[in-house]
Amino acid sequence: MSALRRIFAGMASRHGLGVAFFVAGAVLVWIFVLIVLPQVAMLDFSLRHNLPRSEIGGPRDVYTLDNYRYFLFGSGSGLNTLDMGVLVKTFAAAAFVTLIDIVICYPIAFILAHSATGVGARLMIVGLIVPFWINDILRAFAFRVLFGATGVVNGIGQALGLWDTPVDFIRADVALYSALAYTYVLMMVFSIYGAVETLDRNQIEAARDMGASWWRVHWRVVLPVAKPGIASGATMVFMLTAGALAAPQILGGPSNLWFTQLIYQWFNDAGDWQRGAAYSTILLIACLIFVFLTMRVFRVSIGAIGK
Amino acid sequence: MTKDVVLDHVSIRFGSYTAVDNAHLSIQGGEFFSFLGPSGCGKTTLLRCISGFVQPTEGRVLIGGQDMKNVGPNKRPTALIFQNLALFPLLSVAENIAFPLEVRGVGRKDRRKRADELLEMIALPGTGDKKVHELSGGQRQRVAIARALAADPDILLLDEPLSALDLKLRQHMRTELRAIQQRVGLTFIYITHDQGEALTMSDRVAVMNAGVIEQVGDPKTIYNRPRTPFVASFVGETNSIPGQVVAQFGTTVTLQTPLGTLSGQSGGGRDHRPGAACLLFIRPEQLFTSGSAPGANSFLADCEAEEFEGSVQTLHLKAAGLPLRLCRMNAGGLTAAAPGPGALTIGYDPQAAIVLPQGADADAAA
Repeated sequence: MSALRRIFAGMASRHGLGVAFFVAGAVLVWIFVLIVLPQVAMLDFSLRHNLPRSEIGGPRDVYTLDNYRYFLFGSGSGLNTLDMGVLVKTFAAAAFVTLIDIVICYPIAFILAHSATGVGARLMIVGLIVPFWINDILRAFAFRVLFGATGVVNGIGQALGLWDTPVDFIRADVALYSALAYTYVLMMVFSIYGAVETLDRNQIEAARDMGASWWRVHWRVVLPVAKPGIASGATMVFMLTAGALAAPQILGGPSNLWFTQLIYQWFNDAGDWQRGAAYSTILLIACLIFVFLTMRVFRVSIGAIGK
Repeated sequence: MTKDVVLDHVSIRFGSYTAVDNAHLSIQGGEFFSFLGPSGCGKTTLLRCISGFVQPTEGRVLIGGQDMKNVGPNKRPTALIFQNLALFPLLSVAENIAFPLEVRGVGRKDRRKRADELLEMIALPGTGDKKVHELSGGQRQRVAIARALAADPDILLLDEPLSALDLKLRQHMRTELRAIQQRVGLTFIYITHDQGEALTMSDRVAVMNAGVIEQVGDPKTIYNRPRTPFVASFVGETNSIPGQVVAQFGTTVTLQTPLGTLSGQSGGGRDHRPGAACLLFIRPEQLFTSGSAPGANSFLADCEAEEFEGSVQTLHLKAAGLPLRLCRMNAGGLTAAAPGPGALTIGYDPQAAIVLPQGADADAAA
């Protein structure tokens, strides 16, 4: 608290009281009104029964863990393997998409930071930013066109004689993974770029000079420097992928359900906001636990993400 | 084991810019050889060419008699010490030193043993587990040397490795580097813009200017017998007096200058035609004050200022509009120079003065 007061006083003396109040107000609104309050409301929702309007505030309106119990055990007595399976599958898919992005973006970020210059570098950055101009739904449908039975990929593949009958990329989730990986490439590239850029070029040359192969230069010199960037990029991509709705809705195979789709169904189709809120909370907490555990495994400190 | 390095008419161009122009010399095995020149003279490019990071546009680099064309930096028997050392900040000191061994697949235990031996040699025992940032500048310097030596190279290349250190440490490291070189007996190729470093440590020095090697020689020859005006003025302090050749007898050239008729030795053994425009270079410590009236090879000068540095006294003189500097040792009780116009008679030893043609370049010297 005293640290906050010191920051406020420092800002007031340097930029004036008006600026200090504006910044303090903006931060307060940002954190409390836009983040904490709705989440607390959701948490409150998730701990209540789904009651008809007339009974709200009545004797039956009490706190309960029923919605969370439902995720674990369903309405019956056995385990709710269906919903838990969806969560596990969503995580596996999100981890896979994150991995794809790491593999794609590490070389791009390295080249951007240490080889590309002038026009080439600027073109690369523009090429990375443009996907962000296109909205989610349009992008998803574009990938449907691309990977559909009569789509561009199948057209080219069949014309080249690589395969005879159209491949169902949608059912195989190729379209979905491609779209998600494509969407969040920028997050990953810039995170890794920020870390790799700080690397002194001489260190690469020194390692080369001492006889290291390119593989070893990256493993021992570049990758350790890139690690915090990879961690922060992976966290973002994983969270965003696990929380994506439009792409799985449009590109997901008929048998494959994303956990966000379950949440959406509770809120919208079932009209059960309480259970939807509980499922949202489960997704958030599961995501956080997964990310922290992964960072433990790869020995990245939480603070490194802020770098 | 040591190997010699031969630069066989090496030129390096980047587009239309010539960084190194026809460098042609050989460096013997076990020699401490320096490239000395101002920044941008191409000396670092030449070093990177020897280490394999830059390919010569023309000519060849031979190491131990072997053409290094298409041999990558990781395959050459050279180890480069970078200007900023380029130690790996995320690895420990021992891991840094053992990196070249790790590359060769030496086992963990043997790597550590060798790293500890090298730390012993550079007088930093027991620091193996520290991180690089926990060491001082001079210690890092020595770790970088140890890391380069761990690669067991035949030739050590050093790119201004002392420039980041403060003066005291720099002077200390000069002695240390020279001692290490003599102990390990490797060929050292050293890049610097600091003439003090080049002169004190080297067996031989190559002075470079604008991509051209102007002179190669041992430090004494470079200092006492410069072959070009650039070498004369870049290496050490000097006074230059313009004049025209009157006559030349053997190596002694007589010039007509604003200060009268003065003579010196012809630099680089050139023959000068009478009437040619030349420069007479006299080191400040070669000038002396004389009690007698001006005679041969002496002239009158005003003393404008005096600097006392303890061991050395510098007089700022002006003679016929030319600023000159005179240095003399404080050999017990210096008398201050008498002020006033024309108050001093200045003499010098014509054997220690050098005559060089004005605008002489390396072609004339070669």
